[in-house]
Amino acid sequence: MFRPRVIPILLLSGSHLVKTTKFKNPVYIGDPINAVRVFNELRADELILIDILATVNKKPIQLELIKRIGKEAFMPFSIGGGIHKFEDAKEIIGAGAEKVILNSASFLNTKLLSEISNHYGHQSLAVSLDIKKNIFGKYSIYINRGKVKINGDIFEWLSKFQDFGAGEFFLNFIDNDGKMEGYNMEFSRKIVNFTQVPVVVCGGGRSFNDIKALISSGSASAAAAGSMFVFQGPRKAVLLNYPSKKDLRSLCEN
Amino acid sequence: MIVIVDYGMGNNYSVIKAFNRLGVEVKVSNNSEDILGADKLILPGVGNFKIGISNMKSSGCIKSLEEAVRRNKVPILGICLGAQLLLQHSEEGDVEGLGWIKGIALKFKSDLSQNKIPHVGWNSIVTSDKCKLFKGLPNNTSFYFVHSYYMSCEQEENSLGVTQYINQFDSVVGYENIIGVQFHPEKSHSEGLIVLRNFLDNY
Repeated sequence: MFRPRVIPILLLSGSHLVKTTKFKNPVYIGDPINAVRVFNELRADELILIDILATVNKKPIQLELIKRIGKEAFMPFSIGGGIHKFEDAKEIIGAGAEKVILNSASFLNTKLLSEISNHYGHQSLAVSLDIKKNIFGKYSIYINRGKVKINGDIFEWLSKFQDFGAGEFFLNFIDNDGKMEGYNMEFSRKIVNFTQVPVVVCGGGRSFNDIKALISSGSASAAAAGSMFVFQGPRKAVLLNYPSKKDLRSLCEN
Repeated sequence: MIVIVDYGMGNNYSVIKAFNRLGVEVKVSNNSEDILGADKLILPGVGNFKIGISNMKSSGCIKSLEEAVRRNKVPILGICLGAQLLLQHSEEGDVEGLGWIKGIALKFKSDLSQNKIPHVGWNSIVTSDKCKLFKGLPNNTSFYFVHSYYMSCEQEENSLGVTQYINQFDSVVGYENIIGVQFHPEKSHSEGLIVLRNFLDNY
């Protein structure tokens, strides 16, 4: 029976992991290699690792680190951040990643999407969208960690990316990031109903019930979360954790 | 010696690493001496069927693979695209495969439900108790899948396992010494490693 995925998302800041709130105030979480080992043991469905500084600081992908991650991961993982050319994708997939996740490059160099998907298949290519709602309730896409607004309708971008070979969308709701106040199910559902490829939703997850609600309401093909899987308790002590087998199985019951 | 057939399609590294975790050394090669000297062959692969088959042709490994697999009956395990290449034909690029197992690869058709394409995630496999690939694992064990085309065998006897997604498809195919799995054992935690171990021990 098919079971929707539950995906921890880990943010790389240089060589260590951080967790942000509304894309700001990074808090140190620990060492990425150790985290990959722990999530191996916890039998995570998949991992997403995003280098949040690469594009902003115009740095290349951290290939040595990605190779070490690839060496440790016995589960599928995706890498995002700083991917601006075909060679980057080639190196990352060569290091054992299932998928590359493109964000700003999708807008600035859309044909890179088809270059990657024609070679590796669209299942190897995800496009991430960082989404923010303005005071009038209108949603827009941002790049460069929420600093630069992208013009144009979100749904037009989604169709264009799908046509150019995106095999998955990864939605990040900037306002919900790190808040642990629940997912934005309403807008996610609109996107899910619009797209043909899977949609991974991130931002605001605080408990397994949130994940279950997100999935069972048809608002996501897969649920991702940062804070929920790296923090424990009201004081947000760092403790990597993951849902139990029994909880995960309950996601099939929709 | 275990030889991973290298034809430039993707995930060799993950496959090597999984065998190393089992304590097994592997060689990545496309030269005929290695392929003809192999005890077991692994045909991995991620990506486009048409590019995959044309890469195999241009790397010149098909002739030695034919000899090793078809004449010398060396066991071969195809993974994902590598499994689909064992079939006669694919809708992806409308091209012929190796044709060692009677069947075709077809594209999933959207059923307008929550079932998106590609099929990505963990899904279970129903196998016959006789299938030696899943020895020691309970029936309905889940593995990691990621694909947009699925395998469909012409003859039921070549279907060693089935999975449900949009429609039922053949997730494990086999004919004599030739085995193909649609899922990624190298990415499927300990259960995937058991499958690789079983291939080495039981074929």
